[in-house]
Amino acid sequence: MSRHISEQYDAELELVRRRFMEMGGLVEQQMRDAVQALVTHDAALGARVRKQDHEVNRYEVSLDEQCIQIIARRQPAASDLRLLVTIMKASTDLERIGDEADRIARMAIDTAGHELPRNHYDEIRRISDLVAKMVAAALDAVARLDTTEALNQIAADKNVDDAYHDAIAQLARQMSDHPETVDQTLATIWAARALERIGDHAKNISEYVLYLVKGKDIRHLPKGSFEKESPLPPD
Amino acid sequence: MSEVNAAPQRANYVSMPAGSDASTAGGMTTETACIEVERLSLFYGESQALKDVSMIIPKHRVTAFIGPSGCGKSTLLRCFNRMNDLIDGVRTTGSIRLEGSDINDTDLDVAQLRRRVGMVFQRPNPFPKSIYENVAYGLRLEEKLPSSEMDDRVEWALRSAALWDEVKDRLRESALGLSGGQQQRLVIARAVAVKPDVLLLDEPASALDPLSTLKIEELIHQLKSDYTIAIVTHNMQQAARVSDYTAFLYLGELVEFDTTATVFTNPAQKRTEDYITGRYG
Repeated sequence: MSRHISEQYDAELELVRRRFMEMGGLVEQQMRDAVQALVTHDAALGARVRKQDHEVNRYEVSLDEQCIQIIARRQPAASDLRLLVTIMKASTDLERIGDEADRIARMAIDTAGHELPRNHYDEIRRISDLVAKMVAAALDAVARLDTTEALNQIAADKNVDDAYHDAIAQLARQMSDHPETVDQTLATIWAARALERIGDHAKNISEYVLYLVKGKDIRHLPKGSFEKESPLPPD
Repeated sequence: MSEVNAAPQRANYVSMPAGSDASTAGGMTTETACIEVERLSLFYGESQALKDVSMIIPKHRVTAFIGPSGCGKSTLLRCFNRMNDLIDGVRTTGSIRLEGSDINDTDLDVAQLRRRVGMVFQRPNPFPKSIYENVAYGLRLEEKLPSSEMDDRVEWALRSAALWDEVKDRLRESALGLSGGQQQRLVIARAVAVKPDVLLLDEPASALDPLSTLKIEELIHQLKSDYTIAIVTHNMQQAARVSDYTAFLYLGELVEFDTTATVFTNPAQKRTEDYITGRYG
């Protein structure tokens, strides 16, 4: 992409892009720490995640403010406008991923006093691996304007959904086989649910990449209506 | 008058070879053509100002022409009522049809064409006469109206130009006493008084303050239900605000022509993108 005649404008857009990626990095860390706190019953780590959530919220507010300033002062058009809209919307998804991490951290604190389950949270680890990859790849797709990766991640959400449904079935069996662990198992179900939602948010971010690069809004389109398109190479 | 598919995917139409039928291009919104430009080139002596421009200006829509200085946008606008005929050494090839008729037809009465295709310029140019006379002047050349009907038509034109309430008590005062914004609306009233089909606006608000500019833009919005409007503007945000379709010209070429929504959010051509986002080409 060629440079603006106004270097200051370039600098402003670069700043929001960088801040968005920083926010993405922070949210990834929150998510990893929350899951780690849950599967190791580390209440202190869970508490740290909870404390850190306001930092994620601050990023969202400040990114919105910066984007609004640019819209008001520069009247951006075309790819500049799409970048700002993408950042405003995707940062909301990142903030919600942060909320889900906070929720998992709360479960971690609540269950920390119990013994580790026999399967050492296999199902949570499995979903968490899938979801962490999705979030990282969605953020990479934003940074690299990579529509191919974005389409891959939109498709990958199904794997997360499948893993979630398998986990729920397994956890439901566990509850009926071991009613004494119901509290802990319910917390695990909530954590699995939070991870599944994080997958949905990562999918949203990937969808924005299609809008950012190609100007196409593919949200709510029937599956199969956009996957076959050959993505444009980034400028 | 032909039913044609106008804008979306206009870029496809622009690049169509001569003789292509725009109505066969798929996926276009159906619009009625007002002005059809086909392979128009214009030369000032040896220098070519317009290069093989083809486009359809839809009826009762606002079409904005944007592009850097010298790109040919005003030249193209002036082709639509043959204002370029007044310049020595101008030569054109290709055709322009207004509601199906070739405007360069040798039988065509140019004065009649200019009545059908009115024009408003950058600087308000009222006659040094009364407000009333400014509007009535063109009418008198065209029609012999009894004075009561003339009064009605003047009022109608001033109302159409959203000026009536501001001037109704001083119609006999000099038009030169009006503010710049009022003068420009008076000029628009003068243009609409003869009931043209098309209004050509060549940077109509560039000499006006922001509030007068907004009034002109609001007026453009109101006028489009009765007139086909083509506007040249340097102000891209103005093009984005007032137009339904936007044409981007660069060095005499029509680079892109599409719905304004598309041009300003997702232009197809890199040159358009660079221009509207303020980048180096």
